[in-house]
Amino acid sequence: MSAAGGPFGGKAVITGAGKSQVGRRLGRTGLDLTIEAVTRAIADAGLSVDDIDGIASYPGPGVPDKGFSGADTHQVRNALGLRSRWYLSAMETAGQIGPAIEACMAVTLGLANHVVVFRSVWESTAQATAGGRASVLFGGGELPPHLEYVAPFGALSAVNWLAMPAQRYMHDFGLTREQLGAIALNARHNATLNPDAIYRTPLTMQDYLSARMISEPLCLYDCDVPCDGATAVVISRREAAAGLPRHPLTVESVGTGMFERATWDQRADLTTMAAHDAAATLWERTSLSPADVDVAQLYDGFSFLTVMWLEALGFCEHGRVGEFIEGGERIALTGSLPLNTSGGQLSGGRLHGMGFLHEACVQLWGEGGDRQVPGSPEIAVVGVGGGPVGGAMLLSTR
Amino acid sequence: MKETAQAAPALAGAAAYTRPAARLLPSPTPESRAFWTGGRDGKLLIYRCRGCGHFLHPPGPACWRCRSTDVGPEAVSGRATVAAVTVNRQPWVPGLPPPYAVAMVELADEPDVRLVTNVVGVAPEEVRVGMEVEVFFEPWTPEGGSADDRIWLPLFRPVAAAGGTDGAW
Repeated sequence: MSAAGGPFGGKAVITGAGKSQVGRRLGRTGLDLTIEAVTRAIADAGLSVDDIDGIASYPGPGVPDKGFSGADTHQVRNALGLRSRWYLSAMETAGQIGPAIEACMAVTLGLANHVVVFRSVWESTAQATAGGRASVLFGGGELPPHLEYVAPFGALSAVNWLAMPAQRYMHDFGLTREQLGAIALNARHNATLNPDAIYRTPLTMQDYLSARMISEPLCLYDCDVPCDGATAVVISRREAAAGLPRHPLTVESVGTGMFERATWDQRADLTTMAAHDAAATLWERTSLSPADVDVAQLYDGFSFLTVMWLEALGFCEHGRVGEFIEGGERIALTGSLPLNTSGGQLSGGRLHGMGFLHEACVQLWGEGGDRQVPGSPEIAVVGVGGGPVGGAMLLSTR
Repeated sequence: MKETAQAAPALAGAAAYTRPAARLLPSPTPESRAFWTGGRDGKLLIYRCRGCGHFLHPPGPACWRCRSTDVGPEAVSGRATVAAVTVNRQPWVPGLPPPYAVAMVELADEPDVRLVTNVVGVAPEEVRVGMEVEVFFEPWTPEGGSADDRIWLPLFRPVAAAGGTDGAW
C-alpha cells in the first residue's frame, strides 16, 4: 500500500460508487435521480445513510441553465436528513470533480469520515420541455457575464468556443478529422459493451465523416449527448474505511492548477487549456508518472477536449496527439492506454465529469463486465473539464 | 480605424454581408461600456494599462500583468489577425441564421489581446488563420431601448475587401 504518498498521505480513499438511471428524457426530477445515485453509492460502500457525515457537489445553487444541476447539497441533506459535519458545493473549483478533491481534503483533515460526492443533470428533459438546446443555453433576459463577449456574435455554445482552438490545433499540428474521429469511435465501441450507455449502435468512420457539422471542425459525433442522470462516490478517511466490503481506492494525487486567466480565449497558447495546468499539478504531487497509468477516463464533452487531456497529462508530446490516437488501437480496451471505457459522455451520456470518476472506480474494482480492461488495472487517471475548467485525480488499488 | 478607398477591388471569395435580423445584445457594464459604444465614433476602444502600457481584454479594474489600477479605454488601430476560426452551422439564435464565421482575432496593437467576433465580407469557409482583418461597427438598439441604449458591435472584414464606410454594409 502506497499510503504514505501524495498530497493526502494515503488517507483519502474511495469506498463506493453509484449511478442513477441514466437516459434521455426520463421525465424524472433531478432530485429524484440524485437520491437514487447517492443512496446507491452509500450502499455500495457498505454504509448506511447515518454513516455519511459529509456531502459535496458541483455546481451548487444559482446556475440558471435549466437541467444543468439536478440538486444542490442542501436539497439532498434535507431529503435524507443528513447530519453533516462538513459540506460544500462549488463551481469555481478544479472542474466538475473539484468537490471530490475537496472531500479528500476534508477526510484527510478529519473533518468528516465519509463524504458522499455527487453530480446530477437533467439536461435532456430540460431541452425537451424548454424548446431545444439553445433555450437551455440562454433563457432570455440580460446576457450573463460569461456570454457577454461571445453571444452577440452568435457563439452561444461551448462547441463554438472550443471549435476555434480545435481548428487552430489542426492548423498548427496537422491533426486530422479522421484522427479526431478515433475518440468518438472508441467511445462508441466501448458503449456497445456497456448496457447503461445511451448510444450503443456501432459507429463507423464513414458515419463520423459524413455527420452534419455543428461548428467546424466539430461534427455531431464530436459533441456529447445530453442526458438525465446522477453519479455519486463515497470518499472516506482510510481509518474509517476499515472493515468495509470494497478494496479502498487510494487517491494518489489531484490536479488543481490554473495558471492563467479563466477565459476561453485569452490563454497565451491557444492550443492548451486549463487541463494542462491541472495535469502539471497532478504529476508534481506524486512519484507516479504517466507510464504507470493503466486506464484513462478523460473528459469528452467534446472530442477535442480528450485530445487536450491526452497531451496535458503527458501521454504524448504537445501537438502529437493525432498520431497517438490514429486508428484507435492505443486507446482501445486492449491497447496501451484504454480510454473512456464506459463510452464517455459522447456515447454514454453527459453525466458531466463525475461519470469518469465513477468509471475509473468500476475499472479498478474489476467490475466493467464486457468492457473491463484486461489485466487487473491498478492505476487510473481522471481528467475533467474543458477550456478554463480543469481538474484531475489519480487513483490506485495500492 | 483606417478607411480604405471606396473602389477597393473585391477579394477572391468576397461575399456581401447582410446584417442579420437579430443578435443577442450585451448589457454594457461600467467597464464594458466603452468597448460596446466606441463604434459611435468609429473607434475600437480597448482597456489599456497606463502603468505598463499593455492592452487587456476583457476590460476590468486592474491590469492582470502589472496589477496597476490605472487602466482605461483607448482606441486601437482596428487592425487584427485571425488566430482561430470556426464556421458555425447550428442555429442558436432566431434571426441569426448559420452559417457564419466566428473567429478569435489578435489585435495588431497587442497580439495577445484576442476578441471573439464575426469575420464577414468573405465566405465563412474562406476565413483563414493569419488573415488580416479590420474592424467595422454594426449598431443595434436593444428591444424597447432608446438611442441612448445603442451599442456598436465590432465586426471584422478582410482588409483588402473593405469598401464603403463604417456600418454601411
